[in-house]
Amino acid sequence: MSVGPAAEPAAPTTWQRFRQHRMALVGTVVLGLLLTVVLLGPLIWSVPIDTIDFRARLALPSAAHPLGTDDLGQDLLARLLYGGRVSLAVGLCAMLVAVVIGTLIGAIAGMSRGPLDAFLMWVTDLFLALPTLPLLLLIIYLFRDALTGLVGPEVGVFVLIIAVVGGLRWMPVARLVRAQFLTIREREFVEAARALGASRLRQVVQHILPNALGPVIVVGTISVAEAIIAESTLSFLGLGFPPDTPTWGRILFDAKDFLSIAPHWALFPGLAIFLTVLSINFIGDGLRDALDPRKVR
Amino acid sequence: MTGTPLLEIQDLHTSFRTDGGTVRSVRGVSLTVAKGETVALVGESGCGKSVTAHSVLKLIPMPPGEITAGRILWQGRDLVPLPPREMNRIRAREIAIIFQEPMTALNPVYSVGEQIAEVVRLQMRLGRRAAMDRAVEMLDLVGIPDARRRVGDFPHQFSGGMRQRVMIAMALSCEPQLLIADEPTTALDVTIQAQILDLLEEMKERLGMAILLITHDMGVVAEAAQRAVVMYAGRVIEEGAVDRLFTEPAHPYTRGLIRSIPRLDGGLGRHGRLQTIPGSIPSQYADPAGCHFAPRCPLAQADCLAAQPAMSGPDPDHLYACFHSPLEAPAP
Repeated sequence: MSVGPAAEPAAPTTWQRFRQHRMALVGTVVLGLLLTVVLLGPLIWSVPIDTIDFRARLALPSAAHPLGTDDLGQDLLARLLYGGRVSLAVGLCAMLVAVVIGTLIGAIAGMSRGPLDAFLMWVTDLFLALPTLPLLLLIIYLFRDALTGLVGPEVGVFVLIIAVVGGLRWMPVARLVRAQFLTIREREFVEAARALGASRLRQVVQHILPNALGPVIVVGTISVAEAIIAESTLSFLGLGFPPDTPTWGRILFDAKDFLSIAPHWALFPGLAIFLTVLSINFIGDGLRDALDPRKVR
Repeated sequence: MTGTPLLEIQDLHTSFRTDGGTVRSVRGVSLTVAKGETVALVGESGCGKSVTAHSVLKLIPMPPGEITAGRILWQGRDLVPLPPREMNRIRAREIAIIFQEPMTALNPVYSVGEQIAEVVRLQMRLGRRAAMDRAVEMLDLVGIPDARRRVGDFPHQFSGGMRQRVMIAMALSCEPQLLIADEPTTALDVTIQAQILDLLEEMKERLGMAILLITHDMGVVAEAAQRAVVMYAGRVIEEGAVDRLFTEPAHPYTRGLIRSIPRLDGGLGRHGRLQTIPGSIPSQYADPAGCHFAPRCPLAQADCLAAQPAMSGPDPDHLYACFHSPLEAPAP
């Protein structure tokens, strides 16, 4: 074996490629920090989220209230920390729901020829064409009571929101996955895998899906942001979590009427959403590149 | 013909149903491959040679494709009615195939080692480590230098010829008894072609397998095969030992094929032009009663248009489907 100085380095692993993506690394650190803060923060900053103190209404950041207070004098840091748990959980779970449903439907449509494919795409188009808001109202009115009765108000609303937000965002993923499948399944390596005895499921999971994943990840990361915003829209309409449950979107909406007198109120939740979305997008970019071995940086 | 037939195709018909009608790609092909021999399946594009080969492993898309008649006997067992699960156990383990395009036949997201190991793990139920060792061993066997280190490299880090070697390593990793090579050298440089043919020959010797070599290149036939089966428009029109076929081709089509090989020794016609076969292959929808080659054949007579000639010949080792073979008349 000749190992001279000219010996080329071995191919980098997925993790090594991800690490070379500087912004993805920064995104990971920021998201990790955000997650740590919202998970551990309430244990350290143990100010209750709902102590009303009219003497400290709309207070600017100070030692007692590091991020200031809202119109009821409630501590914003405590509310932001608590709300972060809900918002991040909703965003990530709804994204997972959308990606899983979309990938499943797109994959089935892309692999089956003929009527099933046509039917699934018809359903996708139908969902895309449906006016979302009336449908949301309908679903929530129909199922909220049943669900909250079953698993309690907090969990019930959480499940419902994830189902609704994720369940109405799978269509772009499905179309994307189907389009990817249609091209990739005709590639020769899939036929080679078939020729070497790979079952249909193995062809899909092992050979087609990994090659289709790049764009799906990007769409997935964008839908996290959309889900966080969508949750706040629901809260705004009174269809989300109860008004006394702070979420980032909820705080932002409550703050909008006081923008001129208490800009800090809107600034911090906005910043939190912004940081989350941005870091997730960078992670998505990094993941896409890291999963593609041809990418040499 | 030596030994017992490993693969025996009997009167295979494969059709594709399309919007324009039924395309009868293969219209009654019979051929045998004996243990350890290399049989070339020759013909121009669209003659049904690839469809025949893919039918053996049932790789044609069904639907729209369909094996409408015939039997494919693999060691005496008919593969045509076999369910997919059983078929998957024969693939790679008993019959393997390599394709024309080495640039696209490997999955870009896995290292070559992982891809070979996947086949080994799937078919031979080996553990992860053992499968990886096997992958290294195979890469070494097909002549990838420094295999131990290159096993973790991805397909895009290999050249075309090297990728074809990887494909061969993958196909042979479970030591099949038959390798179907579907135009394995068509996409490669001439120098690399020779190397790949040599490699196939070496692998054949070492593993004792048979090869069914699909090609349109008479040069490849002459170099690699012992026996050749010539196809035209979905049918076998001549078969026999390669040296016989080259020295005394019986069917006018085979003669045309051999005459159309460029030669260095002045075998060209008076005007220094390469000889070609006039006309083009018949439509795949067409179904004439007579010989399919008749419209292009210089020797065609009235009876050629009336009935399809059967495979025959004075010598059972050299059969051809022609009523007026020049072999029986004085050579022109």
